[in-house]
Amino acid sequence: MNSLDLARWQFAITTVYHFLFVPITIGMGFMVAGLQTAWYRTGKLQYLRATKFFGKLFLINFAIGVVTGIVQEFQFGMNWSSYSRFVGDIFGAPLAMEGLLAFFMESTFLGLWIFGWDRLSKKLHLATIWLAAAGTLLSAYFILAANSWMQHPVAYTYNAAKNRAELTNIIEVLTQKTALATFFHTIPSAAFTAGAFVAGISAFLIIKGKDLQMSRGTFKLGAITMVVSFILVGISGDLTARVMTDQQPMKMAAAEALYDSTANAPFSLFTLGTLDGSKSVFQIGLPSVLSFMSTGNFNGVVEGVNDLEAAYDKQYGAGNYTPNIPLAYWSFRLMMGFGFIGIFFALLGLWQMRKGATPKGKWFYPAMVSLPFIPLAANSFGWIFTETARQPWAVFGLIKTADGVSAVVSAGAVLFTMIVFTLLYGVLAFIEVGLTLRVIKMGPAEELDYADPQLGGSEDKQLVMAY
Amino acid sequence: MTFQTVWFLLIAVLWVGYFILEGFDFGVGMLVRAVSKNEADRRAVLTTLGPVWDGNEVWLLVAGGATFAAFPEWYATLFSGFYLPLFLILVSLIIRGVAFEYRSKYGKAQWRQRWDVAIFIGSAIPALLWGVAFANIVRGVPIEKAASGSLEYTGGFFNLLNPYALLGGIVTLTVFLTHGAVFLSLKTAGEIRVRAQGIAKISGLVAAVAAVGFLAWTNLMLPEINARVLTLSVIVALLWVAGMAANLMGREGWAFIFSAGTIAVFVSTLFYALYPRVMPSSLGSQFDLTITNASSTDYTLKVMTVVAVVMTPLVLIYQGWTYWVFRKRVSASQIMNPEHGSLDAVSHILHK
Repeated sequence: MNSLDLARWQFAITTVYHFLFVPITIGMGFMVAGLQTAWYRTGKLQYLRATKFFGKLFLINFAIGVVTGIVQEFQFGMNWSSYSRFVGDIFGAPLAMEGLLAFFMESTFLGLWIFGWDRLSKKLHLATIWLAAAGTLLSAYFILAANSWMQHPVAYTYNAAKNRAELTNIIEVLTQKTALATFFHTIPSAAFTAGAFVAGISAFLIIKGKDLQMSRGTFKLGAITMVVSFILVGISGDLTARVMTDQQPMKMAAAEALYDSTANAPFSLFTLGTLDGSKSVFQIGLPSVLSFMSTGNFNGVVEGVNDLEAAYDKQYGAGNYTPNIPLAYWSFRLMMGFGFIGIFFALLGLWQMRKGATPKGKWFYPAMVSLPFIPLAANSFGWIFTETARQPWAVFGLIKTADGVSAVVSAGAVLFTMIVFTLLYGVLAFIEVGLTLRVIKMGPAEELDYADPQLGGSEDKQLVMAY
Repeated sequence: MTFQTVWFLLIAVLWVGYFILEGFDFGVGMLVRAVSKNEADRRAVLTTLGPVWDGNEVWLLVAGGATFAAFPEWYATLFSGFYLPLFLILVSLIIRGVAFEYRSKYGKAQWRQRWDVAIFIGSAIPALLWGVAFANIVRGVPIEKAASGSLEYTGGFFNLLNPYALLGGIVTLTVFLTHGAVFLSLKTAGEIRVRAQGIAKISGLVAAVAAVGFLAWTNLMLPEINARVLTLSVIVALLWVAGMAANLMGREGWAFIFSAGTIAVFVSTLFYALYPRVMPSSLGSQFDLTITNASSTDYTLKVMTVVAVVMTPLVLIYQGWTYWVFRKRVSASQIMNPEHGSLDAVSHILHK
């Protein structure tokens, strides 16, 4: 493998890994904020137990999300310095804004929340978790706007003398259709992820008969969050598909392994292609559904891979503009498939436990235990799809991935760092999962260690929270 | 003043903020075991950082992001050129951050010892390497025009380990160690406070020797003696002396203000010596990266200026407020059941 392949693998590993934790963090921030609000409003202790219990799980995840996030910002310059030179004028701005607007807010208010139980008034303390959660949303928005510019560059001019893209309108970059559609697809996905996390863990507690007063409530909260966010993910997914067909038709064609432009294009459930990936041999599909998904019209014409390749050869010069089709095809289906499995489990759980019934059946335990992992798979495949099916481009139509890699970094250096990151991330995952399981096994704390700040205040008062 | 100068200044400010804030994080991280006699001490020490370390680290992320946005050529050349040192810093920051969050989950001595090692290494390596990196930037490194037309670092890894840069690393290591000790003496009570003061006395002297040597070298390295760089260097030395004197007198607040001031002026001196270059080449000034040839367009800089002008005061206010909320000293006696981890089977029964 050359340094390009290695740099791509490294980016894939560090980014997919980072994004396992990100949606949990975004969704759980709001979930915990909601639970604490319920406690603040009602004073019911099961809400406080839930806040503390899921808060603990949230923080164990957040730690890894934070530290692996630093790599994200550095690796553009380290492994992709030619890319950074080309896009910095535009791409750097949302990254810097993310830091200034979002990272400061998340980290500062989360610190206040973790250590502030006995330092702030109840109301102020509640505000800190909402502000931290709002920070994660802001962060998502800016980084998705930056990514969307790679999918669909807008508001730029090309400066040939400096060989770079230059920004002409920041508002357009931040509000283009792709950014908005992606944001409204990613955020409900994060809610879906956190919903599954809460529902799966609560179901486990129910099976073990732990704190039923709390766990029944939080199961419902998680499962209903999943149902609502699933609908939103579907609506925004549909929107995203249309924007994508319009802006990156090759990606849609690859997702469907649609080789030739077709009216009434079917949505393929299963496709066997020839080995060189130039046409399909056997396909089972839902007639006209793809046409509808992509164009909003059952009779709409969807462009095929071969026609697009010919058109791009003319537009950008002879080359290969077709992404890895089996990867695109299957990652697209796995993304949706895992989403459907997740919602199926959530609905089954809700049905089984309706009106306070005790869940029965052999399937219940494995389904609920696997529930938190299912959206993680869906999220990962979604990003693998959207990033790999844009290839060979780093920024669509502007700069190829192959031209973005650092010229001065040797393959050996990239390989070395990749191995260390992978091993380190593996160890961290092992520890993280161990701690998470331990928290779940212990269940919500029976005794409350919450102290009202009005009660104490002397120098020697014991701290509610210490490292 | 051009927007390029504004952003050069802002990035300098971000690094000043980062080194003052994470500087004491690094120092405390290196001292966890040294100032502690038992678990209660160690946990009190770590708790002084608990609410703030993550926010402190964001200064680095914003400095990185701002460099990417304002001077993409600088960001690209620096990050790809200083590849292995930055990689080591990343790994350090990863293990240190996780260690803070996870070490007290269990009470087992081995579990905690391992995380304490992670905290020590994860603090010491960046404290050393940031100095090495900045000294190299100031000294100038081999930068050439590549076939693509961009100015690329061509020096490799070992080129970065020259005596001047290593001395720079020792300066940041010892200064941050002292700064951390001073912070601890300000933020803890009881024996930890006394021990931290004692450490600051000694490490402060070591840091003073290293820093004076480094600053003298820096002044002599310049093509001609620059009166302003010289003046700033003298101010750095005086501030440090004032800080050490305050520490000796037990005036912890002043000691901290002076050590923070030393770091601020020290970093400013380096940036001042650079200006208007951002990454000089040792192969000839035609290959220097400067605020002009490394910068983004005026439009981007203008947009970013608006964002920075609006957001920075807000950030300073709420981050400052955090320090106000957690202004009280932490003492070992405040730590409940220090030996027990929050995830140990018995711990939550013992919590009363």
